[in-house]
Amino acid sequence: MEKVIEIRNLSKNFKDINAVNELDMEVFKDEMFCLVGPDGAGKTTLVRVLCGILKPDSGCFSIFGLDGRKDRNKIKRRIGYLSQKFSLYGDLTIDENISFFAKVHNVKEFKDEKDVLLEKMGIEKFGNRLAERLSGGMKKKLALACTLIHSPDILFLDEPTTGVDPVSRREFWEILADLKREGITILITTPYMDEAERCDRVAFMYNGSILSCDYPHIIKEKFDKRIMEVVCSPIREVYKYMETIEKIESIHIFGDRLHLVFDEVKISVQEIKEELIKRDFNIYNIRLISPSLENIFIMKMEKRTGE
Amino acid sequence: MNNDISIYVEGLTKRFGDFTAVRDVSFEVKKGEIFGFLGANGAGKSTTIRMLIGILEPTSGYAIVGGYNIIENVEMVKQSIGYMSQRFSLYEDLTAKENLNFYGGIYGLDEKELKNRVSWAVEAADLSDKEDVLAGELAGGWKQRLALSCALLHKPKIVFLDEPTSGVDPISRRNFWNLIQSITDEGVTVFVTTHYLEEAEYCNSLAFIHNGEIITKGTPSALKKNVIKRKVFEIESQEPDKLIDCFKAEEFVDDISILGLKVHIIPNREDINKDYISGFLKNKSLEFKKIDEIEPSLEDVFIELIKLKRENV
Ligand SMILES: Nc1ncnc2c1ncn2[C@@H]1O[C@H](COP(=O)(O)OP(=O)(O)OP(=O)(O)O)[C@@H](O)[C@H]1O
Ligand SMILES: [Mg+2]
Repeated sequence: MEKVIEIRNLSKNFKDINAVNELDMEVFKDEMFCLVGPDGAGKTTLVRVLCGILKPDSGCFSIFGLDGRKDRNKIKRRIGYLSQKFSLYGDLTIDENISFFAKVHNVKEFKDEKDVLLEKMGIEKFGNRLAERLSGGMKKKLALACTLIHSPDILFLDEPTTGVDPVSRREFWEILADLKREGITILITTPYMDEAERCDRVAFMYNGSILSCDYPHIIKEKFDKRIMEVVCSPIREVYKYMETIEKIESIHIFGDRLHLVFDEVKISVQEIKEELIKRDFNIYNIRLISPSLENIFIMKMEKRTGE
Repeated sequence: MNNDISIYVEGLTKRFGDFTAVRDVSFEVKKGEIFGFLGANGAGKSTTIRMLIGILEPTSGYAIVGGYNIIENVEMVKQSIGYMSQRFSLYEDLTAKENLNFYGGIYGLDEKELKNRVSWAVEAADLSDKEDVLAGELAGGWKQRLALSCALLHKPKIVFLDEPTSGVDPISRRNFWNLIQSITDEGVTVFVTTHYLEEAEYCNSLAFIHNGEIITKGTPSALKKNVIKRKVFEIESQEPDKLIDCFKAEEFVDDISILGLKVHIIPNREDINKDYISGFLKNKSLEFKKIDEIEPSLEDVFIELIKLKRENV
């Protein structure tokens, strides 16, 4: 597989914080690559170094075989970057915002591309509307259109769906899937684990380094615990009780349901069910589920902070 | 007015020029309750909150917050509530500790009280090694905890949290909700908005706002029963997009949604069961790992509500 990003031993420090710490990573052509990790892990710093906004302290990286330090300007032309704090010009219309970004990137002929992009984003009817009058979801779509106007080959998206409502979030992901089909390589960070799940590969970043990087189905296959989902009430009471059972390794509340993580060698499904039933809890549904990346993420983090 | 009511809202309306952002909104929130205010982007959540905390004047209608009328007694309202805005409104060029001291000053805490509360906040928000870091340099989760503790410094009886967990990692979100539950145990009322619908499950009651109007209210379980009257199936697949494309064209499927690699469908006929769906998928040679009939999630409810609204337009 062709590598479009190669990072070797990259470090970036702020005073005494090693935001990116001797990091190695590769991204392949046409893939949707996801960076996840706790707040402060260094995801945004890494993305900003790759986009040429921050200078690395040591190590090297290349994008499309171009050197991250020497060929910064050449690289910039081929990448689109949607920053976490990307702000549109609220007092400009949708059309004007796109024209503005086209000029910034020195794109002369952009009228056709603009129409194509607006239609792709589903905001073609609102061309004359001021950006500040758009809903949060539409703003994100407009921002995405602005980062695409110079037809980049690779997109860096830093938490693009934060603050976006569930319906718009789905629409945004449909758009990303289309972009990927068109052959754009995407590197995305997100706090939503269900989004990570839809990416080709997921890298888990912690304290400035990549702890693991793999295909979601492999990450899950490697996870050797079982997970039981219990929809029940009163949830906090059940939680507290189940916590007293030592053979259960970890318990998480997800809204109205508990996820019990256990090792079948130590405790059986039947034994857990009996524990649940013998108390006076309301149990609505019990089933075994496949682990989600969220389950695995939390388990990983618990291990780290427990160390 | 009933003593158990912490927030009472009647006919609240806000117009900006000829645009009505909030229209004739009425509801009440009980003391010590976690009240979730849900809706799509632009539905009017933040606008409602800004009226309730006395920083935006309603066009018409009124509300009583913590015993004070938001129109006649704005200053008292501001003193008795805590507020965390969607943008975490911290002073980015002040350190974490300076932010706390600053907010404590605004709320008029005396020196001793201020000291106590600031150390409480540093502890509760787990900020002890971050006290001297500029707020602008804190990562998402810490920023959010700092903003929350600023809002709680003066021990308000009611707190308004506008998307407090936006952009925060899964662990921090869980810790955050533990903190919220512990303050409600002490009788504090929490008014919260979120786009993470699994978090809405922690709320005692919910209201959905759409285009400025409240379209439904109730407890999470009541909403699931009343909005989703049919069965929900969850199908796990490595290729959820293909499944969705296929279901979209099918007449027996009413509603489809996707969460990671899990596709939820709501069939429109009672007789449809697991076997039927698995037969259907096999027939189309679509890959799937597992089908379960499940309890609907609030995300299913949200999607269904928005869909119903769009169909009615
Ligand atoms: N000062 C203002 N002038 C004009 N329109 C406004 C103003 N403030 C808000 N609006 C509009 O009112 C509507 C409701 O906005 P609001 O911010 O309350 O939505 P929200 O539900 O909080 O959305 P989100 O989930 O994106 O935070 C939007 O259409 C918004 O553009
Ligand atoms: Mg808002």
